[in-house]
Amino acid sequence: MTDSPAIEAEGLRKSYGEVRALDGVDLVAPAGTVLGLLGPNGAGKTTVVRILTTLLPPDAGGARVAGFDVVRDAARLRAVIGLAGQYAAVDENLTGSENLRMVGRLYHLGSAAARARADELLARFDLADAASRRAGTYSGGMRRRLDLAAALVADPPVLFLDEPTTGLDPRSRIALWETIERCVAAGTTVLLTTQYLDEADRLAGRIAVVDHGRVIAEGSPDELKGRLGGVRLEVELGDPTQAAAGAEALADMAREDPQLADGTLVVPLRSREGAIAAAVRRLDAAGVRIDDLHLHRPTLDDVFLELTGHVAAGDAGADGAGPDGAATPVASVLEEWSR
Amino acid sequence: MSRLQLAASDTLVLAWRNLLRIPRQPDLLISFTVQPIMFVLLFVYVFGGAIQTPGYDYVDYLMPGIIVQTMAFGGFVTALGLSDDLRKGLIDRFRSLPMARSAVLAGRTSADVVTNSVALVVMVTVGLIVGFSFSAPVLDVLAGVLLLLLFGHAFSWVFAFVGLTASSAESAQAIGFLAVFPLTFASSAFVPVDTMPTWLQAFAEVNPFTVVVDAMRALWLGAPAGNSIWGAVAWSLGLIAVFSVLSVRRYRRAVTR
Repeated sequence: MTDSPAIEAEGLRKSYGEVRALDGVDLVAPAGTVLGLLGPNGAGKTTVVRILTTLLPPDAGGARVAGFDVVRDAARLRAVIGLAGQYAAVDENLTGSENLRMVGRLYHLGSAAARARADELLARFDLADAASRRAGTYSGGMRRRLDLAAALVADPPVLFLDEPTTGLDPRSRIALWETIERCVAAGTTVLLTTQYLDEADRLAGRIAVVDHGRVIAEGSPDELKGRLGGVRLEVELGDPTQAAAGAEALADMAREDPQLADGTLVVPLRSREGAIAAAVRRLDAAGVRIDDLHLHRPTLDDVFLELTGHVAAGDAGADGAGPDGAATPVASVLEEWSR
Repeated sequence: MSRLQLAASDTLVLAWRNLLRIPRQPDLLISFTVQPIMFVLLFVYVFGGAIQTPGYDYVDYLMPGIIVQTMAFGGFVTALGLSDDLRKGLIDRFRSLPMARSAVLAGRTSADVVTNSVALVVMVTVGLIVGFSFSAPVLDVLAGVLLLLLFGHAFSWVFAFVGLTASSAESAQAIGFLAVFPLTFASSAFVPVDTMPTWLQAFAEVNPFTVVVDAMRALWLGAPAGNSIWGAVAWSLGLIAVFSVLSVRRYRRAVTR
């Protein structure tokens, strides 16, 4: 790979009739990194993936993947990418092994090489025992793994994963994350779309927050969280009437004035370094009784809510989805799937 | 490998994939052969006695017609398969691979040739059981077989377009029936055209089904061929030319539903 970014997009625009799906999207992903596109349903994430994988021409703007233009060099670009979409696109009538061999042949690996590669991937994705079973009999997690394996058949330097864990149970999600992390460790560049904040937080080195067809914020997970003012200390008081004394004891550690909420003193910290030990000493010295105390780092959920004014689950999760709710999108998606 | 060789290799891989499906979903092939068998029984034993076909036993008259209809309906497998692939996101995967743009469609239509061959063997066997007999030289009979497979292949391309255009497998099926049934019935497939009202005769005489069925009667029964054999080949090649271009164009812009 050269020093040029593995993925770069400038001013991508796309409309479907009256609906403006993308309204000028710029993206950069250096080789060997994971870029997360985070946003609710309908934000335009899938449209970005479809343009970058040559499935859809942009109305305006341009993009290059591994140095190939998505429109002019589409045919050569397809040889260096892998795509795992939202649908777990495997042929249910073929076995796991047949699915991977078919994809290998379509990447023009040759019969023997396609078979060897299929065996290798089936073993790596923990599907060797199911290799000669029809994919139609696989569980949701197994199908996703097979789909991801199919995307990796040609060992592509750039991988596109469109909501790879949507609809999976928590254990399968974590297993799939580990698989993706191994690909990244081996040097693959990944563009990942997700509506799950914990997923972006765990996998992506950089995150572009997408809403209404635009990138509304971009940075590392820590940078994005830093926008919310960093770490705070939460002290559950044994006796809420001691709040003023507690606030005074912690005053020189605080970046802003401490607040009292539900018997808990919330202190935005200057630094998390040694904060807990220092806080305990000071509160103890001041005679303030403590039930519990802990550090709270802002989550990407907090960031998303702050940036967009709505939670990441989109309309589906409008009621009851607190900013803690990675679980809520899972539930709403499952509900959608089972209809 | 040249581009053409790659396209041929991609097509074979996908035809292999489509054929693997048949023994695993036997109901698909069964439903496409049971229906024409029922038609044979219906027409031979129920309607046949009331239909006059001067110069031929009705069963001899009927079999070429009903087999042509069966070949045309064979393309349904392509329409339903493409519709399914679109719905399941497989078309997205194929379109993101460095493979020939025509291969997904050509893989389908060439797999149909195999399923049509199976259906053809079944239909001829049923025909022989209910009293059909060939009355033409062996080479003519074989030429008839090739013509049937060519015409079936042409309709597979028509159905490829239908499958990529219709919004679901169900509507692909409905569109297919609406197009093929009137065409086969307003042709010489089941009754002599000169028994129809004049306005319908005008349509039936230019109907490609009439042309192909007449060609089959020439090749299998020794009926006068006229221009029907070359006409049937021309219709088949023409349909393939037009609908392969239309279908590949549609495939390039295919969107997962």
